[in-house]
Amino acid sequence: MNRSKIGREQVRHVARLARLELSAEEEERLEHDLSAILDYVDKLNELDTSAVEPTAQVGESGTPMRDDEVTNEPAPEAVLANAPAREGTLFKVPKIIE
Amino acid sequence: MARSDAYEAVIGLEVHAQLLTRSKIFCGCPNAFGAAPNHNVCPVCMGMPGVLPVFNRRVLELAIRVALATHSQIAPRSVFARKNYFYPDLPKGYQISQYEQPFCTGGYIELPNGGSSPRKIRLTRIHIEEDAGKNIHASGYSLVDLNRAGTPLLEIVSEPDLRSPEEAVAYLKELRAILRYLEVCDGNMEEGSFRCDANVSVRRRGESRLGVKTEIKNLNSFKFVEKALRHEIERQIEVLEAGGTITQETHLFDPERGITKPMRSKEYAHDYRYFPEPDLPPLEVPPSLIEAIKAQSPEVPSARRARYAQQYGLSSYEIEVLTQERDIGDYFEALVNHGVDRKMAANWTMTEVLRAVNESALPLSRAVPPAAETAALLKMVAGNEISLNGAKTAFAAMCKTGQSAVEAVNALGLTQVSDEAQIAEVCEQVLRAEADKVKEYRAGRQKLFGFFVGQVMKAMKGKANPKIVNEVLKRKLDS
Repeated sequence: MNRSKIGREQVRHVARLARLELSAEEEERLEHDLSAILDYVDKLNELDTSAVEPTAQVGESGTPMRDDEVTNEPAPEAVLANAPAREGTLFKVPKIIE
Repeated sequence: MARSDAYEAVIGLEVHAQLLTRSKIFCGCPNAFGAAPNHNVCPVCMGMPGVLPVFNRRVLELAIRVALATHSQIAPRSVFARKNYFYPDLPKGYQISQYEQPFCTGGYIELPNGGSSPRKIRLTRIHIEEDAGKNIHASGYSLVDLNRAGTPLLEIVSEPDLRSPEEAVAYLKELRAILRYLEVCDGNMEEGSFRCDANVSVRRRGESRLGVKTEIKNLNSFKFVEKALRHEIERQIEVLEAGGTITQETHLFDPERGITKPMRSKEYAHDYRYFPEPDLPPLEVPPSLIEAIKAQSPEVPSARRARYAQQYGLSSYEIEVLTQERDIGDYFEALVNHGVDRKMAANWTMTEVLRAVNESALPLSRAVPPAAETAALLKMVAGNEISLNGAKTAFAAMCKTGQSAVEAVNALGLTQVSDEAQIAEVCEQVLRAEADKVKEYRAGRQKLFGFFVGQVMKAMKGKANPKIVNEVLKRKLDS
């Protein structure tokens, strides 16, 4: 298949959702690459999966569980050690507009 | 006809309820309100690279309780999903939630409806998810506290079955009562452990299609829910009447001005790109666990209301007051179990007990004496040892000082005089002193009887048994 599955607008949309800033060249390259990836994945459609349950994971089934116990001590200094900015023990971040 | 009568509102509610667990949903940090900022956090709930979530068993148990109480169908297998968006209070860049395969579906809640049969409000779904942290907006910058990040939540979504702001509030109150009865959530709206978003649209009466809806956020009290919905319904009707159309958007309620206003639209806000959480295998619920929890689940409000009507023959008003909180009904029943007459127990709980709770602003268990002591006091009334008013005075003292019934009655000198000879003597003195009035009474001024009773009570400092005073006076005056 040589028709682009992913258009330029979609590349921009996804980049924006992922907070990525792309140059025009990068946009063009990604449009091409992402389309190629989708073409490749399309191969799977050659198989008849109508009788197969949708599967997101293989391997162990059932979420492992822990008991409801507090095991962590407060460690605010460790928590904030890598923060670019702080105020008291709060993280300081650029103003959030609504 | 007011033009708003031509329209009907259609409301669906989404409630987020924080679960009363000791630790967070995916890590061993404390699940507690009010700690110093970022003191209840660890690499897992901060979203550090390489960490893995481990699910808290208690969350599942509490979720099963709610599913059972709301007649929902629990999925034998539900799937955690990532909801992706960027916001400073969401350190991982996604919230672990459930999407296509939620924990349970298809339940309902019954709203008490006076004497008529209860209104059934259907639930679309209930799913399990984690809470985000908290942003604090300062001038020029913002601050982030992640203590709340990873707090276990149930999101309970109703069908658009509610038809008025009042009904929406009734639904919320009932849901909150259920969660509190089940000891699943403390229901504290101010602290945000019980939060509500509303979807609302209007349509002409008789129309079966739904209108375009708006979503209202930031509703942190019952009063605000009602005000915000009323305002939004009015606003939508005005727009439609003026020939306009409703835009699907999210509004924030401004409690100070009592209005809703659109949030600055986040262009991509609803593109969450959900996908199954790779770090957590599907949640499987063994039927044996459901059975075990069913066996030990506390009574829900609707069951208690039905039982109170049948077992105690209480009026619907009495039932409503006594079942609004579990501890109120528990106290009433404890009084009855200690031998207090059911009417007396109901009245006392509804008036004196609730007054003490309201005045002290303490939880019931700390605001009033143990039920056994209150029962002892009320038995003194039944045995004519003290008057009803005396019991009220004693009860107020017991609440404040922690005295026993006997101590309070003695300390306040409330013991009632029921000795007939002693009362007769006082009556004799009063009638002699008021000889003129006695003549008038005997001449037909029956109204004066109350005056004599008052004089006797006054002479005996209010401690005489009023029933005996009445009898003795009647006998003496009419003889």
